[in-house]
Amino acid sequence: MILVVAEHAGGKLGKSTLEMVTAARESGREGPITLLVLGQGVADVATEAAAVADQVLVGDLPALAQYNPEVWAAAVAQIAREGEASTVLIGGSRSGREYAPRVAVKLDAPYLEDVIRLSAEGDVLQAQRYTFLARVTETVQASGPVIVATVKPGSFAPAAPAAAAGEQYDIELDLPTSRTEITGKSVEKSSRVALSEAEVIVTGGRGVGSPENFAQYVEGLADNIGAGVGATRAVVDAGWRPYAEQVGQTGKTVQPKAYIALGVSGAVQHLSGMGKSKNIIAINKDAEAPIFKVADYGIVGDVNQIVPALIAASKK
Amino acid sequence: MKILTLVRQVPDAEARVKVSGDRVDLDGTTLVIDGMDEYGVEEALRLREGDGNVEEIVALAVGPKKVEDALRTALAMGVDRAIHIETDERFDAVSLSKIVAQVAQSEGTDLILLGGQEADWDSQALGAASAERLGWPQLTWTNELKVEGDTLSGRHDVDDGNEGFKVTLPAVITAQQGLNEPRYPTLPNIMKAKKKELRKDELGSYDVQPAVKYLGAEIQTRARLNRMIDGKDPQAAAEQLLDLLRNEAKVLA
Ligand SMILES: Cc1cc2nc3c(=O)[nH]c(=O)nc-3n(C[C@H](O)[C@H](O)[C@H](O)COP(=O)(O)OP(=O)(O)OC[C@H]3O[C@@H](n4cnc5c(N)ncnc54)[C@H](O)[C@@H]3O)c2cc1C
Repeated sequence: MILVVAEHAGGKLGKSTLEMVTAARESGREGPITLLVLGQGVADVATEAAAVADQVLVGDLPALAQYNPEVWAAAVAQIAREGEASTVLIGGSRSGREYAPRVAVKLDAPYLEDVIRLSAEGDVLQAQRYTFLARVTETVQASGPVIVATVKPGSFAPAAPAAAAGEQYDIELDLPTSRTEITGKSVEKSSRVALSEAEVIVTGGRGVGSPENFAQYVEGLADNIGAGVGATRAVVDAGWRPYAEQVGQTGKTVQPKAYIALGVSGAVQHLSGMGKSKNIIAINKDAEAPIFKVADYGIVGDVNQIVPALIAASKK
Repeated sequence: MKILTLVRQVPDAEARVKVSGDRVDLDGTTLVIDGMDEYGVEEALRLREGDGNVEEIVALAVGPKKVEDALRTALAMGVDRAIHIETDERFDAVSLSKIVAQVAQSEGTDLILLGGQEADWDSQALGAASAERLGWPQLTWTNELKVEGDTLSGRHDVDDGNEGFKVTLPAVITAQQGLNEPRYPTLPNIMKAKKKELRKDELGSYDVQPAVKYLGAEIQTRARLNRMIDGKDPQAAAEQLLDLLRNEAKVLA
């Protein structure tokens, strides 16, 4: 079987799960597509999952209420072993890329990380992935009875429902207790369209000048055109915006139809998170700013003058 | 406590990447210690300078001959000694973690510090895979770390925000920007570092083969329009941009 570990949040199946199902269908690897749903109170997620999978395995346990890398790795490895999985697909989220290597070690399996394409020939799985802060695409290959891969979000089209819903099965899991104690969590939610879902993103950099300007320019423009809001690390580090909005190497990776960067220099670590956007639009007062090298449309100018004009014009 | 820091060598972030044949060509490129690993080295030194009760800090690198330079940087920053396992072969992180685990065991390591993501292979897997081989917990993307006795506490980034943690040693911690500001090695320390031990270990004694084959590399370029709009008249520029986004790129309604 191809084991796909479902990503879900707030009682809903994540888009990344549907993308992984497509990756599984297109991969040419052997076996039925099996979704593994881990968590507590996940009945609705399991039902959503059943619509796209051949079968759904449900681990609905209090011990799984909170994600933890050691516990997740043990659960996934156990099911992969018992089901003789040929392939284990895990989301390329922060957490997925954190526990997937542990699964690979437990299964003594090769690990293909953060892949954007998958194709199989016999027991060989070939994949593409980005390297050098997403400036290079490389082709990698592994073989073996079981291979573990994480799938980069946004790289595959979300799967449409299958002809018939898959059966659901409750599973028993032998879970370790984590040695890490979580002493407090702060969830940073952006009130707008989630960056991973937004078709248009307006991002502000340090060039917008202040948190007040950020609200006025970046949020103002985003609200007018129905866009999500992003920020550079410089802005997040300065405490102007929550981390949830950070785009880049240590923030989110996004691929919207349009990415509008206001007062953003375009450092490599930022480009690695947004460089695959379909259209890049940059407004920066420095004609030499690196962001212009990757821009489809650019205006050399002061955000204090251009953005209010844009906001006014976009209202019409 | 004994700390093992992992050190890799990567192109300087601003360096242009080029590809020859099926791989990235690093000839003539300035190579530096991977920035995120550097946060790990710095944090080890700070744990010692605080009240971390740190007995020894050892840096480990697996890679070609020139990786010695990155180890010398770590030694000059203040690491006590270094181990270099020389190889030109590229190891995937999960295979490499076998070496890391063996070194950690033979060195009696309690804490492994390394970068959260590799600036060359973009991998985040080495810390987690090493932790699993050792049967240790791991905390990734850490931006705050304290030690008290054999308990580490701190904060790290997770999918939807960040969380505080507490963990008893041994453990693996991956570092990132924000954890600290790495120091520059001073000239006297660079001189001193030349006398510190840099042990060469044979790859053969670790019995490890790569499990992933690397078949090709291509520079990612997407042709961009690079259409520049004159910003002198803000009103006209704004209207022209909106017109292009609506009617040419068709990304706005
Ligand atoms: C390990 C590591 C990881 C990192 N991860 C990330 C990451 O995930 N995301 C990220 O974004 N960065 C990341 N960075 C930081 C990155 O290197 C840059 O420092 C950051 O992206 C710069 O943000 P910025 O463009 O807002 O600010 P700056 O570099 O300060 O640029 C501001 C820009 O605004 C322009 N400007 C100023 N005033 C105006 C005006 N009035 N009108 C128009 N333009 C104006 C300037 O010309 C300049 O180009 C990381 C760095 C490291 C070392």
